[in-house]
Amino acid sequence: MLIHEYQAKTLLAEHGVPVPDGRAAFTVAEAVAAAEDLGGQQWAVKAQIHAGGRGKAGGVRLASSLEEVWTQAEELLERPLVTEQTGPEGRVVRRLLVERAYAFTQELYVAATVDRHRDTVVFMASGEGGVDIEEVARSRPERILQEPVDPGVGLQPFQARKLGFGLGLDWAQVRPFARILLALYDAFLARDASLVELNPLVITAEGELLALDAKFKLDDNGLIRHPELRELRDPNEEEPKEHEAHAHGLNYIALDGTIGCMVNGAGLAMATMDIIKLYGGAPANFLDVGGGTSAERVTAAFKILLSDASVEAILINIFGGIVRCDVIAEGLLGALREMELGVPLVIRLEGTNVEQGRTLLQESGLDLITAATLAEAAEKAVAAAGRQP
Amino acid sequence: MSILVDQSSKVLCQGFTGEQATFHCQQAIEYGTRLVGGVTPGKGGQTHLDRPVFDTVAEAVAATGADVSVQYVPAALAADAVMEAADAGMALVVTITEGIPVLDMMRVKDYLRHRPTRLIGPNCPGVITPGQSKVGIMPGAIHAPGTVGVVSRSGTLTYEAVHQITQLGLGQSTCVGIGGDPISGTDFVEVLELFEADPGTEAVVMVGEIGGTAEEEAADFVRERMSKPVVGYIAGVTAPPGRRMGHAGAVISGGRGTAEEKFAALEDAGFAIARSPAEIGERVAEVLDHRG
Repeated sequence: MLIHEYQAKTLLAEHGVPVPDGRAAFTVAEAVAAAEDLGGQQWAVKAQIHAGGRGKAGGVRLASSLEEVWTQAEELLERPLVTEQTGPEGRVVRRLLVERAYAFTQELYVAATVDRHRDTVVFMASGEGGVDIEEVARSRPERILQEPVDPGVGLQPFQARKLGFGLGLDWAQVRPFARILLALYDAFLARDASLVELNPLVITAEGELLALDAKFKLDDNGLIRHPELRELRDPNEEEPKEHEAHAHGLNYIALDGTIGCMVNGAGLAMATMDIIKLYGGAPANFLDVGGGTSAERVTAAFKILLSDASVEAILINIFGGIVRCDVIAEGLLGALREMELGVPLVIRLEGTNVEQGRTLLQESGLDLITAATLAEAAEKAVAAAGRQP
Repeated sequence: MSILVDQSSKVLCQGFTGEQATFHCQQAIEYGTRLVGGVTPGKGGQTHLDRPVFDTVAEAVAATGADVSVQYVPAALAADAVMEAADAGMALVVTITEGIPVLDMMRVKDYLRHRPTRLIGPNCPGVITPGQSKVGIMPGAIHAPGTVGVVSRSGTLTYEAVHQITQLGLGQSTCVGIGGDPISGTDFVEVLELFEADPGTEAVVMVGEIGGTAEEEAADFVRERMSKPVVGYIAGVTAPPGRRMGHAGAVISGGRGTAEEKFAALEDAGFAIARSPAEIGERVAEVLDHRG
């Protein structure tokens, strides 16, 4: 789960990472009040959306008077901001972060993330901060220093110093740099993060180190022990159907095709999307109804598919393991009692209690297209979607 | 022959008296698994499914001689359960639980580093040697004893592959679900190594998915060290980048870990490729025919 920059900075500051003085603002008036409250000569007005590339897209503005803060806030709020990561429709800006602006002499990059290969947290640092770090990783990988953390003892000060000296910092800078890395590691562990990125971490004109931008990604699985962090989820940043699905404990991702998919298991759900493509169709979504699913959850899932206007056919592919086919059938019939099925429905059931499931569907008298194999199901769904006007 | 579990495996269940565990242990017993008992702290001394319940794994091992533990423990308690099983000297721990925090798994892996216990999972269907021992949540009926080893990061997609193999009149030596999390106890390479050494396995099916580099590492292993034919399939050709596709580990990040990259690595290493998930069974039949 991603959180906003201002939320990330609040968390990091609690662990001792130095961040600019700033306030979140939801209205233009709040933005001006924030600038006034912060004092100083110049402020940064920053659009808060869960997508990178804000700077280049004009989502980060400098203001040298309160009037300018007003103008900048007005231009940003309640309008879509299109960055290289948002897609062409952009993301509507509903929150701002107003900060004191700082002059700086150097931009560094620092991040901690989970290294799936080494099974550790790994720290990364580069002297080329402020830019697209993925570009640096591709073209100049030697410019990114790495330091894996032993999970038994945690990040050690010598490792932080090694990175600092590696970036060419002098001793006066390495000491605060090392403190920041250790604080960042604290925050990473305490909040169950999966990625924390300071980009840029700047050296100000006064020689202080300051995290000018911060990205904080929480491990979704870690949220079981952080109820307070679950509150930071911003529904405005989620596609409405994805938000609805999430509330029912479903794994749903909206895509731009025409065949709605409901599958149990993430791997089989991806495979079902892939085979739809192989047969010339396009999946409208990824939907995994999950392991220990209930009839209610299946009903909710099916309603989400039916409410998607771009769906021209629905393919249900269930291989019963923990999920029993009769439970799936009951859930479907439950949804169809409340909503009309306006599109062709192809169903393939296999596995645990498959006979009971098939019987339930047959006895319902509904107009369903059944398939015995995965290939047959995909072929029939693509054909059915193609027949829709 | 088989790998990891067989009819002699004595299986203990952690989280034994829970609802999921009860259902799946019942199924395992019916399948013929030697389930010797279970552990639920605070319920020691009781009997469940006609088997003894213990407070600790150490007690259970002392009383039953169990060497395999299967875990249906809530995510927040799962790391502790794995370490308890390792401490008690279990040879194999199979963690079914989904949703374990990744930092917990890091600590678990670190704990296991200098211990002889092998962990399968988490977030996996488990391990089955058809006709001998079912340790997990897979439907037993779709399997048949045979000579094809199956290893996969997925649950139901594994069932799909297994089902296709069985429908063609073939069978499986052992099927291993290594799990869909970013950090798992055992990776593809380790399971491939076991299959290569197992005289009962003639061919292997590897079902991968987007995210990470486990498939690429497996490709290197197959190219350099594997004499048996391997059929490969990768799920997630249509997955959008940056999104977590259900499994915590299934995410294309920074443009890396795509299905196309992985297919290319497999092809390059000499895998028999199934581009369609519906063709996994056919590919297996082909490689076995080819071997004569």
